Amino acid sequence: MRKTNMKKILISLLFLLFGTSAYADCNIKSGSINILANDFPALRTFVETAKGCKGSADFKVTHSSEHNKIAVPALTANPSEFSARIAANSSIVPLMNQDLIRPLDDLVKKYGKGIQDSQLITIDGKIMAVAFMANTQHLYYREDVLKELGIAVPKTYEEVVAASEKIRASGKMQYPYAAAYKAGWNLAEEFVNMYIGHGGEFFKTGTAQPSINNAKGVATLNMLKKLAGLSNPDYLTHDSEAIKVEWESGNVALMTLWASRSGTLLDDDGDAKITAATKLTGPATVAGGNIPAATLWWDGFTLAKNRSDADAEATFRALAHAAANKKMVADAADQAVWLIEGFKPGPKSIGVIEAVKMKAKPYPMLPQMGLMHGALGSEIVEFLQGKESAEQALKDVEAAYMSKAKEQGFL
Amino acid sequence: MPNKTFFWFFLPTGLAMILFIGLPIISTGIQSFYAQHDQVVKEVKKCDPFGCTVSIVVDQEKTSKIREEKPLGKFNGFGTYVDRNHLAVEEIGNFWNETNSFGEFVDQVTNLPFYKALIFTLTYCLFVTPNVLLLGFIIALSLNAVTRRIRGPLIFGTILPMIVTPLVGSLVLFWMIDAEGIIGANLQMLMDDPYLSLKSSKTLTWITIIIYGIWHHSPFAFVVFYAALQTVPQEPVEAAIIDGASRWQRVRHIVLPHIYPVVTFVALISLMDNFRVFEPIIGFSAEGSAQSLSWLIYDNLVNEEVILFGSAAATSMMTIVGIAILLAPVLIRTWKEFRTAR
Repeated sequence: MRKTNMKKILISLLFLLFGTSAYADCNIKSGSINILANDFPALRTFVETAKGCKGSADFKVTHSSEHNKIAVPALTANPSEFSARIAANSSIVPLMNQDLIRPLDDLVKKYGKGIQDSQLITIDGKIMAVAFMANTQHLYYREDVLKELGIAVPKTYEEVVAASEKIRASGKMQYPYAAAYKAGWNLAEEFVNMYIGHGGEFFKTGTAQPSINNAKGVATLNMLKKLAGLSNPDYLTHDSEAIKVEWESGNVALMTLWASRSGTLLDDDGDAKITAATKLTGPATVAGGNIPAATLWWDGFTLAKNRSDADAEATFRALAHAAANKKMVADAADQAVWLIEGFKPGPKSIGVIEAVKMKAKPYPMLPQMGLMHGALGSEIVEFLQGKESAEQALKDVEAAYMSKAKEQGFL
Repeated sequence: MPNKTFFWFFLPTGLAMILFIGLPIISTGIQSFYAQHDQVVKEVKKCDPFGCTVSIVVDQEKTSKIREEKPLGKFNGFGTYVDRNHLAVEEIGNFWNETNSFGEFVDQVTNLPFYKALIFTLTYCLFVTPNVLLLGFIIALSLNAVTRRIRGPLIFGTILPMIVTPLVGSLVLFWMIDAEGIIGANLQMLMDDPYLSLKSSKTLTWITIIIYGIWHHSPFAFVVFYAALQTVPQEPVEAAIIDGASRWQRVRHIVLPHIYPVVTFVALISLMDNFRVFEPIIGFSAEGSAQSLSWLIYDNLVNEEVILFGSAAATSMMTIVGIAILLAPVLIRTWKEFRTAR
């Protein structure tokens, strides 16, 4: 343990001494760069790489897990606090709704050498973001536990339930399943995944009218409740970090978790036996469906509209340098599923690659989806607690969504 | 103090209050009457690393034109106040007509977010405020009776819960009541129920938050009562002792009447504080089981990817009205006493 820490410190020191010289200077002469990003290892690597080519530009970065709460107000100001925002499928939507980010076509043409076409997010023919990594939620399992009980690796959520019941019956673990069911955003995300796995649609085609109160919605809720019954009874307070801790304490044998978290699960910290037995597999399907009960996510950078063209240019050049950086991708192949040319997927990328192969759907990039997500997070709790029926819960979600959508002018 | 002196004395405070409290409240009030403009959407092609789809986006050209004309939004009157996520007037009318029994009607109403939050907030106020007063008074009396030498450290220990940041205090308790925490695990042993979880049951979560509230707020009542106890005149107390009054009789007939105005003051402040209960819900991750009015405002402002200013403003205004209603009886009484005293 101490030895590995020493090693880490040594490596970081070496990086500090020689690391910066390894990056090419992109010859940025002026401008000021200020980036807002979520906080996980891959994004830190990405931003660090961009910093390596800042030249004489002023460079600042804010990594925060509260990035969603800051983004809209900070980019609304003129000039905006940040020149760039690292966003994802869901968080780009409020920026689009409020018209806070700028098209990147000219900059991509001028400085986008090495960025692949597949990395470009185009909306209505305009490039609005450049993606650099992909993410999804998929299954993790404890190989030793499954082997000992003769359970095959589950491919569907029905099999996950059966396997968990078997583990519980064996007396090995009381709560063998875990997923981030914390009331609010996390729980809503689980619903979105499961509902898409059932082949459900959130809105009536072409409108903002909700349409989740149907048989697929009920089946989704019932499956979530079954899984919740196999989880730690405190599941409504557990986010991704909490279930990671549960996993590392050896309380859990099957888990649905973000691919971007695999790095911290499989690192040298914690019980070596559990780490060695932790295996990754694709996301599960549900109810006989073909597409997985999971959503695909991309992380990419966007540039603020309310900022000078000079700043935008400097920021783009620095970030584009990272978004087309083969060296970074090779060095940090373990940290993420990079969408950048030259990426060779390692064992930690299995989840995302399987999800893409299984034709998982991306998280819906609709202007009103955030409101639906918010309504789901609070209104399905009482169903899971056994206080109301699935139909009532779905009715509540629709009603709560409609009030919010009316206030926002979508209905 | 002559009125003129008072005016100049109060002016700086008054100006600051208008600037930092009065104007923001007025601005919030105005915002609560507005909703966003109707969103103009258009169908476009969207491409990302996972493929292309036809989907909708907000039409910025048309929307920005409408926004420039009326930056505040669309006038909505009391629309936000009466919608389903607030007072839900229409829904309640429907429930009244549709439901067969009164119990069913109450069930339906308490399922609405605003009323759910209101009930928790009121329950919290109702249990925490009297207990804070009582506990604070008992601690003040007992500490007033111990010898002076150990009083200092004891007072410091007693006000610790107030010194600890609310969020930190609730987080500490949150981990203690975890199924593997010291309180949670011992409760499981005591009750002989390995599945007992303080966090998963709604009732137990409420009880935990209320106990936390009492623990956190009692020191405030204690400090004020303790200060007031120092002003109790000794002559009547000694006279009562000579007359053979018991300790309880002395407290009941001499101490309590003397510090009565202070009790009113503490009750007012506690009520106001408790009506705005918020931190413990975040600290205990109790959003699933307990929502308060302040939490609803927070939820509208930060948990949504789209910020719901109208909703948050409406809930804020109703919280102010709620506090005013709660405080009205005490305020009216104080006013009457003030009048008779003059």
